[in-house]
Amino acid sequence: MGEHMISTALVQAAEGDANPLFPNPWEAAVAGIGFLVLLFIVIKWIAPKFEQTYQNRIEAIEGGINQAEEAKAEAAALKAEYEKQLADSRTAAAALREEARAEAAQIVTEAQEKAAAEGARIREQAHAQIEADRAAAAASLRTDVGALATELASKIVGEALDDDARSQRVIDRFLADLDAEQQTQGAAQ
Amino acid sequence: MRGPALSSLALSAAEEDGFQPPTISETHLPEIFPWMAEWGTGFGKNMLMAVLAVILIWWLFSAAIRKQALVPSRGQFLAEGAYGFVRNTIGRDILGDKHFKPWIPLLFTVFFFVLFNNLFGAIPFLQMPTFSHAGPAYAMAGIIWITWVALGFKLYGAKFMKLMTVPSGVPKPLLIILTPLEFLSNFVIRPLTHSLRLMAVMLAGHIIVMLCGSGAEFLITQAEGAFNTGLGVAILLGSVPLYFLELIMMVLQAFVFALLTAIYIQGSIEADAH
Repeated sequence: MGEHMISTALVQAAEGDANPLFPNPWEAAVAGIGFLVLLFIVIKWIAPKFEQTYQNRIEAIEGGINQAEEAKAEAAALKAEYEKQLADSRTAAAALREEARAEAAQIVTEAQEKAAAEGARIREQAHAQIEADRAAAAASLRTDVGALATELASKIVGEALDDDARSQRVIDRFLADLDAEQQTQGAAQ
Repeated sequence: MRGPALSSLALSAAEEDGFQPPTISETHLPEIFPWMAEWGTGFGKNMLMAVLAVILIWWLFSAAIRKQALVPSRGQFLAEGAYGFVRNTIGRDILGDKHFKPWIPLLFTVFFFVLFNNLFGAIPFLQMPTFSHAGPAYAMAGIIWITWVALGFKLYGAKFMKLMTVPSGVPKPLLIILTPLEFLSNFVIRPLTHSLRLMAVMLAGHIIVMLCGSGAEFLITQAEGAFNTGLGVAILLGSVPLYFLELIMMVLQAFVFALLTAIYIQGSIEADAH
């Protein structure tokens, strides 16, 4: 039943006053103005925000990558520096140790040298002292011998100058005594 | 869905003892604010929906992008995806890397304004695509027509008319026929098809919805017999896949409308390329 009636009704509707192709100017105006208002809003506020967010994200991602690379390079540089410092300090420590050892050796040799020198000096001094003592002794002996000789001479002179034999004996005895004295003195030394 | 209109329809059908299908006039609903009628035809539902679309798009996208977070929330992610779709698929792919940037806002607005207004047809109580009326469709197509024609004259001066109407590499005598045809096709038929394609698809979808609804209601409540009732239920069930088909058409038409906008603008930018 329906088909025929539906088609006639649709034809009637199309022929009627409500032609779907005929625009309602007020609807057109509202839609057009609405569209333009929305376009203005989008140009002014919405699209720039989206573009800016997009740009910010690109920058953030690229910046992040750059930053990471920078940090990596920095860390590598820092590490190299630390390693260099460590190596430096190691060589420095080794140098110090070496120096200390050398210094110690030097101190020891110096001390030895000093001790040897001191010993030599003391020995020298002792020798000189002994020499001086001996010289003094010899000098005093010589004066003593002179005095003794004078004494002996006076004695000889005092006793008898005429008896040659006797004076000769006195002199011999004296000289023998002197020799004996000198020998004992040398043995003591 | 369309309670009062449907019941009155059903009543009249019952009085005449037969099924009275809805007419095109039914798509013009009673005015929402009758006191505005003296300005013209009054403030109708379609006008309200056009304004609603403006507010919705403004609010949704502003709210989604307000924080401009580098790591987006779900809402911002969706909005950025939608924006990126228009920007890259419709804008960059058609207009090219060099020219697409300044046209993003226009394409974005065209696509989402048409999309939202179409989707109103799939929302209960609204249940009416704004562009099922010729007026809004003409307005949109007209604004876009003015845009690409003005752009062409701005870029190429008076030569733009020659570029658009005189095809190159055609024997001179043929130009006598071809030039008026090109003029008609580019400057007259183009905006008409642009608007009518959208309007016709949306109107057809809306008429199917009306027909299904009123037909099923008539069969279930007015017609006698279990067979008719079953038929009515079958129509209601059948309208579910139809609803999803309509949904696809709504998105597709918005896409086509915005895509054609981009193609027309590209045609003006590179009018000397062909």
